[in-house]
Order: sequence, then structure tokens, then C-alpha cells
Amino acid sequence: MTPPFNRRKFLEGSAGVAAAATLGPAATIWAPAVHAQTLTLKPEKDAKLRVLRWSRFVQGDIDAYMVNVKKFTEKTGVEVRVDNEGWEDVRPKAAVAANTGAGPDIILSTNDDANLYPDKLLDVTDVAEYIGKKYGGWYPACMAFLRPDGKKWLGVPLGAAGAMLVYRESQVKAAGFDTFPKDNDNFLKLMKALHAKGTPGGMALGNATGDGLWCNWLIWSHGGQLVDANNKVVIDSLQTMKALEYGKELYSTFVPGTLSWLDPNNNKAFLDGQISITNNGISIYYATKNSPDAKLKEMAADIQHAPYPIGPVGTATESHLFFNQMVMKYTKYPNAAKAFLQFMMEQDQFGAWLTGAGAYIATPLDGYAKLPIWTIDPKNTPYRDAVKNLRPAGYAGKLGYASAGAAADFIVVNMVAEAISGSKTPKEAMERAQKRAERYYKV
Amino acid sequence: MLDKLQNSRNALGLIFMLPAAVLLLLFLTYPLGLGVWLGFTDAKVGRPGEWIGLENYIFLATDSVTQLALFNTLFYTTVASVLKFFLGLWLALLLNKNLRFKSFFRAVILLPYIVPTALSAIAFWWIFDAQFSIISWALMKMGLIDKYIDFLGEPWNARFSVIAANVWRGVPFVAITLLAGLQTISPSYYEASAIDGATPWQQFRHVTLPLLTPIIAVVMTFSVLFTFTNFQLIYVITRGGPLNATHLMATLSFQRAISGGALGEGAAISIAMVPFLLGAILFSYFGLQRRAWQQGGADK
Repeated sequence: MTPPFNRRKFLEGSAGVAAAATLGPAATIWAPAVHAQTLTLKPEKDAKLRVLRWSRFVQGDIDAYMVNVKKFTEKTGVEVRVDNEGWEDVRPKAAVAANTGAGPDIILSTNDDANLYPDKLLDVTDVAEYIGKKYGGWYPACMAFLRPDGKKWLGVPLGAAGAMLVYRESQVKAAGFDTFPKDNDNFLKLMKALHAKGTPGGMALGNATGDGLWCNWLIWSHGGQLVDANNKVVIDSLQTMKALEYGKELYSTFVPGTLSWLDPNNNKAFLDGQISITNNGISIYYATKNSPDAKLKEMAADIQHAPYPIGPVGTATESHLFFNQMVMKYTKYPNAAKAFLQFMMEQDQFGAWLTGAGAYIATPLDGYAKLPIWTIDPKNTPYRDAVKNLRPAGYAGKLGYASAGAAADFIVVNMVAEAISGSKTPKEAMERAQKRAERYYKV
Repeated sequence: MLDKLQNSRNALGLIFMLPAAVLLLLFLTYPLGLGVWLGFTDAKVGRPGEWIGLENYIFLATDSVTQLALFNTLFYTTVASVLKFFLGLWLALLLNKNLRFKSFFRAVILLPYIVPTALSAIAFWWIFDAQFSIISWALMKMGLIDKYIDFLGEPWNARFSVIAANVWRGVPFVAITLLAGLQTISPSYYEASAIDGATPWQQFRHVTLPLLTPIIAVVMTFSVLFTFTNFQLIYVITRGGPLNATHLMATLSFQRAISGGALGEGAAISIAMVPFLLGAILFSYFGLQRRAWQQGGADK
């Protein structure tokens, strides 16, 4: 099976990256030669914009975002109204707006949304290419989500809420590991050691939309996948079987109750000191670091982050919540909307936003990986590469209604939960998942 | 012409009924009709669908998750409704007695019903939490258990936990309505039966129960309808987990239609609930509202 994209493919045709190769990494975002291309978008007279975005996960995100919005209005005179909705509510609203031709001009959506109604979105190739070339090139996942035909950009990538392994350094050391394991075998050994020491870890196995994504890593890292490149459902496979067997061993080390865990449960358990390791965004660390509680502040010093280990496939196979910026075709102010996205993605604004959000959002551009936010606190660094190592949830197939529906119906999460908890045999769980997924991918 | 209209009983009747008819058509008939139509299409959120006949229903009949959701819904509704009925009736009988602080107790009883569902659901989510459950904590402190109870992580535990939350929330409605019914029963019946030497049980069986059946029929019809279509409690506490063990038809319909975008399939799940709801209503009408029962007699 050849993946539809890889690290190398994205380098092709990317002038910014070519320049980076010549000038060295540090020069990527600073070099005037790379800045040479310009894009001037003149907003329409009396333009006004409405932006619908997902509600912030950390307060610093929306604060910094609104500062940038204000700067844009001051610079261009374009009034911008920003509405916030829970991220899961943005999807149906965006779909209805796209198909009724009325609603916000710009929508910040998630995952495969742009692939649900590509013909209802404004072509933003000029902005995406300009930004991509200027800031070191987009990571491959951005192309998979937003440039599915290899030519036209359906939206401008914004980044991803990275989910990494969040752990207590002292407990991992006490379990006999001076460094965090980089491969699946040693990761399992660590989890077993933590369990034996009475400081177990735990990851969500309930219908958790965000924190259940670790199940994709489990399957992918062993070579399993829901569908192949032709959207044929192939989850019932030897690779998936191996993943589930590995998962069973992993599950035996978990703290009790993870089958019921929804998105907030692991945060609560970690902050209460009941688990030593879990998968999460940087929000746990953010909460402890900014807490007035001395105990939590103390915990912040002990928190460390690590990327998911590499499985038998030998490459990173991470699953994160990806963010898009879509301009709706019905907008009366296409230039203003594109100018807004361009402005927000420029380094002065984007860098400030990433910093304000405390590294919650991972960069979609290679050039922004050099921003100080990723190294100013070494605990931020693992989150930097979330988009770089990201696979879309519909991997390795095409994105659209089928991939969105299968993910929302928790097919993979349910399969993993059934098999590793022993409620079904791995074979039964795979067969059930295969049948359920075939329904979504039948068209 | 206007005079003629004003003097016509039929025309006036029609005009007076029109606002209600428009409201019913607009907010009840149209959405229901649209739901039925969508169930026969492959509509996605924001994308009109094409007619696919019974395909959604044929798939759902063989879909293991839908089958489980149907079982969960029937189990949840039956157990919760029965518990709500007996607890509600018991509370109503207690509150109907001349207790001290009667008004206070009657007000307190209503509290669970007044609290917004989403808030009480969050409270139960904490109460049943695998790590922070106050029940487990208390039992541990008393030395009755040696590890926390996995209320929401084990399928049967989870089913009973959400039923408990539903019963807690639904009992006040049944209790207060039955209490209102009890107060309409004339004390003279009890006096007469007491003179005839009836025991309290005989009074309850032959006076209270027959006279209360019309109210019971209405209350239980509504209670069953509310329980069968319950959404908020499940969505907040378990989201249908673990392993889909608490997914009800309503939550599954939402998951497929809105989160998953399969509007047609989600509508079909909702419409598939209608026959069961109709069954509950028919049972109430033809079962509980039999006149013979209400007059203290037996079925003919």
C-alpha cells in the first residue's frame, strides 16, 4: 500500500521549501528572497465579514485571535464579527450555510468538512500558495485535507489541536525509564511498569470525539487502516488483528473505568494525580501552569510531553483534530475574506496567535516550526510537529461524507474498545467494524 | 357578505380554528412529514437526498448498533417507567396524608423536575464517575467495597446508572400529577368503605386505584413518551457508551444525522420510533382507560 502522501511529496513544487534547503532552516521565514512574491488583495468597498469559528479550547487562543481581528479592521476598515460555536456544532451549521447559500463569510471548521461541499467554497489557491511559499511550505496533511485534487485549494489550513502523550516525569522515571520510549514495544513495557508501580495510565475508550483519536494511532501504527486509497474498507485485516492484540495488553495496564471515559475524564483524572500518563492536548499543562493552586503549579513542573511511539510500520502515525479556514462562495466580499485569511496567516499575526494559545494549535507550515513558542518552553516542542505527523481520520482513502460519517459514528473507537476490553473477540470486533464502515463507504 | 360570514356558525368555526390549525400544520405536521420523507432518502446535512425507498430501514434492521439501541430503549423505558410509576404512586400516597410540613415536602419533591436536565445530568456524571464517584467514595470509607465501582464503564452498570438518573428526574412529575388525582377523590368513598369494614388495602384496591386510573393512564402515557425519546441525560452522561450499551434511538439518531451528517438514516431511526410510541399510546387508551375498571368492575 502506498500512502497518498508522504513527507517528500509535499516538498515537490514548493518554492519556499526549495529556498529553505538552500538558505538553511532558520532562513525560511525570514529570507527576503522568499518574501519576494506578493499578494495584494483589495477588500471591496464597505465590506463587512462574519466569521464562524470553533470555541476556544484555551482562553489565550480567543484573546490573541481577537487582537488580530481588531488589527485587521484598523488596517483595512473592514468590520469583522466573530461568532463562536462548540467545534462539533460548526459542522452541521457550515454544511447548511454552504448549501443554502447564506451565513458566515468565513468558517473555521474541522477535519474533512471542506470535502463535503467543495463546489460551495471559494477557490483560495492564491492565498494558500502565497502563504505556503512564504513560510516554508504546507505539511502533507494540509494538502490531503484542503487540496484533494492536487491543484485547487478549498481552504487555507490553520493547524491542528495536537494530541500527545502527557505524562508525569517522576513516575515514568520511578518505573525505570529515564527517557520516554520511542517505539511501541518499549511503550508497552513502560505502561506495564507504571501499572506494576501502582501509577497506571489511561486513555479514553468511550464515545470521546477528541481523545478517542488515539485508537487511530493504535491501528495505523500496526499497518491497519479503515480504508485503502480507493476507499475500499479493509479494516478486517491481519494488521488490525495485531493492533488489537497489542491494545489488549495495553488495556490491561489502564486505570479502571476508561471504557466510560469521554473527553474531559482523562484531564480530571490526570489533574487529580490518579493517572501517570494519558493522551491529550497541551491543555492539561496549560491548566496547571496557569493555575493559582500551588499543588497544580508543582505538577506542571513534573509534566512532560512526548509524541506517540512508532509502531511496526516504522513511521509516525498520529491522529489529531485538524482545523480549516473556508471562504464560502456566496460571500459578497471575496477579496476582503481572502485578505483576512492572508492577514491572519502572516507571521506577525499567526506567531502572536500561536503564542497566545500557548502552543495549543500546531503549525501547518514548516516555516512556523522555527517560531520561539516551540522552544521557549521545551514542553511545547512535541506539539510543534502534530500537523507534520498527522494522518487524516479517513486515511488512506479520499475524504468526504463517508470518512466524516465513519469517524462520527465511532467505528474505530468502538472496535478497539470492544476488542481490547474483551467484550468481543478481535475478529468479531473487526467484522462488525468492517460491516459498519462498508455502509458509509458504499457510495 | 361580512354579515353573512358573522352569522355562519361553520364559517366562524373555521376562522377560529385556523390559527391553531396553521400552528399544528407548521410546527407538527410539516416536520413530521419532512422526517418521514427524509427517512426514504439518502439526504446528508446540507445536501438534498434522493429517494432510496426502504433502503435505510432495511439497513437499520440488520445494523447491530441500531438493534442494540432498540433493545436499550425498550429496556430503559420499561424499567424506568415501572420504577417511576411505583415510586411516584408511593410518594403521592404519602403526600396525600396529613403530614406536618406538607407544603414544604410537596415543594421539595418537585426540585429534581425543576433543575435543568443538562445540569442534573452533569451532576450524575460526577456521581457515577469512575474516579470521583461519591457513592464509591462513601462505600469505600464505610469499608463496604475495596475498589471504585465502574458505574459507567461496564455495560449493565451503565444501563442501570442512567435508569437511576432518569427515575430521579422523572418521579416528581408522576408523584405530583397522581397527587392531584388523589385529591379529586371524594373522602366520602373512604368513609363509606370504612363503615363497611374495608381494610386500607381494600380501600386502595377498590376505591383509590379505580378512580385514579384515568390519571394514571395520562401520566404514564406521557412518562413513557418522555422516557422513550430521552436524549439529554444519555448525551451528557455517556454519549451512548460504553460499547454503545446506553445508546437510545434518540441519541443514535442524533449521532448519525447531525454529527455524522447522514440525515436520511438519522431520520429513519427517529421515524422507526413512531410505531413504538403509538403502541404506548394505544395501550394507554385501550388498556388503562377502560370504563369498567374506573367504575370498580372487572373486564367483561
